Amino acid sequence: MTRNNTQAAIKKKPTAPRVKSTRPVVVLVATRKGAWFFHGDAARRNWRVDGPHFLGHIVSHLVLDPRDGRTLLAAAKTGHLGPTVFRSTDRGRTWKEAAQPPAFAKAPEGEKGRSVDHTFWLTPAHANEPNVWYAGTSPQGLFRSDDGGVTWAPFSTINDDPQYREWMGTAQDGTPDGPKLHSIIIDPRDPRHLYFAMSGGGVHESRDGGSTWRVLITGMDVVEGFGFDASKPTFHDPHCLRMCPTNPDRIYQQNHCGIYRRDGSAAWVRIGKSMPKKVGDIGFPLVVHPRDDKTVWVFPMDGTTVWPRTSPDGKPAVYTTRNGGKTWQRLDAGLPKSQAWWTVKRQAMTGDAQDPVGLYFGTSSGELWMSRDEGRKWNCIARHLPEIYAVEAAQFA
Amino acid sequence: MKVLIPGALRSYTEKGEVEVSGATLGAVLAELDREYAGIRFRMIDEQDRIRRHIRIFVNGEQVRDLAQPLAAKDEVVIVQALSGG
Repeated sequence: MTRNNTQAAIKKKPTAPRVKSTRPVVVLVATRKGAWFFHGDAARRNWRVDGPHFLGHIVSHLVLDPRDGRTLLAAAKTGHLGPTVFRSTDRGRTWKEAAQPPAFAKAPEGEKGRSVDHTFWLTPAHANEPNVWYAGTSPQGLFRSDDGGVTWAPFSTINDDPQYREWMGTAQDGTPDGPKLHSIIIDPRDPRHLYFAMSGGGVHESRDGGSTWRVLITGMDVVEGFGFDASKPTFHDPHCLRMCPTNPDRIYQQNHCGIYRRDGSAAWVRIGKSMPKKVGDIGFPLVVHPRDDKTVWVFPMDGTTVWPRTSPDGKPAVYTTRNGGKTWQRLDAGLPKSQAWWTVKRQAMTGDAQDPVGLYFGTSSGELWMSRDEGRKWNCIARHLPEIYAVEAAQFA
Repeated sequence: MKVLIPGALRSYTEKGEVEVSGATLGAVLAELDREYAGIRFRMIDEQDRIRRHIRIFVNGEQVRDLAQPLAAKDEVVIVQALSGG
């Protein structure tokens, strides 16, 4: 389908994704040393491991295309080799490398151009745009594929826009392993309505298919005590954005400076202020309920002193709100009670679409945990994996 | 000419030694990529820079410039620098 066709996509309220019990959940786990599949049974009690795939590769994201239920893309590199994207059209049985992975434009003679260190984020595009994918990279860049991930090209103008380059900063301004463009979100009602976020560099929205963008940082806090100007995107560090599937006007955000909610065109509201003070509202991931726009899950980490980025006090817990952020409840049944100093990265926590929702997270110490009752009780599916970077719950066709 | 391929890149060539031609190092790598699609980008970035952990030797001497002229009897050795954990 061409982009013009997609402009005519019918705007309607999206329907909640429901999953037939005959299609079991498969959990896609991307790690620092390869990727694994965990195939669940119908009850989500027993899990069959399949892996490693790409052993030794640093896999930042592994995503199934929900539009066909069989195409998988994996963003990978090794410590020595440059980045690439692997592609499977047979549910992961065989893989083929992208013919043209995401890469910045060649700089004019005499100028120093950027090179992609790793592709960090993969997003399948709108349901009416089969074979279209978006990718976010480190250093920050936005890319698009129109052929199912075989070839990639810079998307929009932001990669070389002087204003955006200023907001993106340099390698020294981002996370320790490089600043990242992430959380590429497509409005299910309109393929031309897009969002992305940058760590650091703020949140950005386009309503014209990426031709123009506007900054969405009003209401977001910046780190205090250094005189940072909150009106400048440079100083904003969103960690993870999620759109509510049944209410795309509502977006939740886990940020370096708290948990936020945004409704329509209103400013961001820091809903994390109602989290327990000794836990705080700092973290990486955030998961939205597939059918309830008031329910969110987060995984707080220690953001005090030198930012240990571990579970606060060595006691890991998921927190949930069922009322859009007015109140939060701790969900730690089954998790270690003490001396567990891991954390969960921004792509490493997700939910399935079943009822009740299954929740999944992977830890920095290589453990994969799940709850089949929306977080009331947690079970460990796997231990001793490499550091987990991303976890996705999917269903093969 | 003879090009020795490191273990990390043999998923492309399926052998440790290949024969390709080219008047410069850049031309040899381009020919290598035509033969084994995707291999060049794992070694050379989009700005035509040799990646940080890749080393290329010609007849035992390290070469950093893709414009380096080569002769048919030269031997090119691609090495991945040991790093990481």
